[in-house]
Amino acid sequence: MTGIAEKAAALNNDEILRYSRHLIMPEVGMEGQLKLKQAKVLCIGAGGLGSPLALYLAAAGVGTLGIVDFDVVDFTNLQRQVIHGTSDVGRKKLDSAADTLGEINPNVEVRKFDTRLSSANALELFREFDIIADGTDNFPTRYLVNDACVLTGKPNVYGSIFRFEGQASVFATKEGPCYRCLYPEPPPPGLVPSCAEGGVLGILPGLVGIIQATETIKLILGSGEPLIGRLLLVDALAMRFRELKLRKNPDCPVCGVNPTVTELIDYNQFCGIRGEEAAAPSTIKDMTVEELKQRLDKGDDLFVLDVREPHEYQICNIGGHLIPLNDLPKRVSELDSSREIVVHCKMGGRSAKAVDFLKQSGFTRVHNLAGGITAWAERIDPKVPKY
Amino acid sequence: MKILVPTPLRQYAGRQPAFEAPAATVGEALSALTATYPDLRKHLYGEDGKLRAFVNVYLNDDDIRYLQNDATTVKDTDILSIVPSIAGGRL
Repeated sequence: MTGIAEKAAALNNDEILRYSRHLIMPEVGMEGQLKLKQAKVLCIGAGGLGSPLALYLAAAGVGTLGIVDFDVVDFTNLQRQVIHGTSDVGRKKLDSAADTLGEINPNVEVRKFDTRLSSANALELFREFDIIADGTDNFPTRYLVNDACVLTGKPNVYGSIFRFEGQASVFATKEGPCYRCLYPEPPPPGLVPSCAEGGVLGILPGLVGIIQATETIKLILGSGEPLIGRLLLVDALAMRFRELKLRKNPDCPVCGVNPTVTELIDYNQFCGIRGEEAAAPSTIKDMTVEELKQRLDKGDDLFVLDVREPHEYQICNIGGHLIPLNDLPKRVSELDSSREIVVHCKMGGRSAKAVDFLKQSGFTRVHNLAGGITAWAERIDPKVPKY
Repeated sequence: MKILVPTPLRQYAGRQPAFEAPAATVGEALSALTATYPDLRKHLYGEDGKLRAFVNVYLNDDDIRYLQNDATTVKDTDILSIVPSIAGGRL
């Protein structure tokens, strides 16, 4: 960020009025506001974290905001992705976000990157910006963002959420640790539930995204104590903030003394093939929702097992016997192995695990309902709500 | 001592946010936890018996990797935090 103030243009009278509450405080002042105007921040994702992050950075007067996203707004996003509105459903998140940001502050140059961040484009993209704000939702992209930040020397303003807990930090500064110093390897797929599976309290990305925005602005201004070498843990239910010490790991594969990762790798492979849970059970025979409907109508003796959680069952159900996936091992005696069993969940992921478990437990006539109750709602019974 | 169990792992630990373990070391505390909740074991430890690379354990605010790992001695008033990596955000 050195040299930003030197090459800064002046603010016009409209901007002086707009930023007056910044200009009259010594911690920002004209010098700080010009730094903000000259700053270029890249937001990875315009979703839960990216929404508040981009909104506040734009309002604060960050001159150039890049956004990388390839997704489209859907109804389930609106509970927390406050940069998008109901009329934006079906639009590209990039277009929706750019419109909102333009309305909040037309002085901001929004640069839209309609692409999936990848090892092929990350380095080139990151070099055009000063700071990278990571609002991604998956491990491959997290490791990609981290490594690309280390390799290009750009600070990585990190935030991550699950249900009602969040983490935030600033990684990959010269003196501080990177994400791999904290977590050298990702969990194998399936061991940690995703937000789509586990849910997330809508205000939590708001809290964590605004912490990221705050850290980004402090880095630009060069003031305060950034979250370098500190991991902030947020528990929204208890409303407790805790802080853990992070250290730069001298053996870190990417930012350590003798790095082994010196260029970007295949992050899907890095996150996908390790761990015993990685291999998807392949012997499961799927049943389509059409087949299930046809066989139920015919009066076949099928036992429908629902392995979702009770609160999901309350949203909608197709009359299945409810045993949540995690309770299955201790409640397996409720099932009759001589009957033909069809297992379903929301989308088909948890039921596949349940089928795998039942087969290992000696059940032979077990099917996984492909696409879960969501497919049933889409293709068989529109009265069943999707969630 | 008190062990704080993070949200993603609570489903394997009786759905409780905290666990009270009488222990003299970090290793004893974690053993007491996984003895009570055996399902938790495979989420904390790999087949090699080591803590998994995406799970960190902090004694108060210090990473046990930079203390004496499992052998780190603890007091009754200490707090042990299990901090796994989480990936949510964009969705």
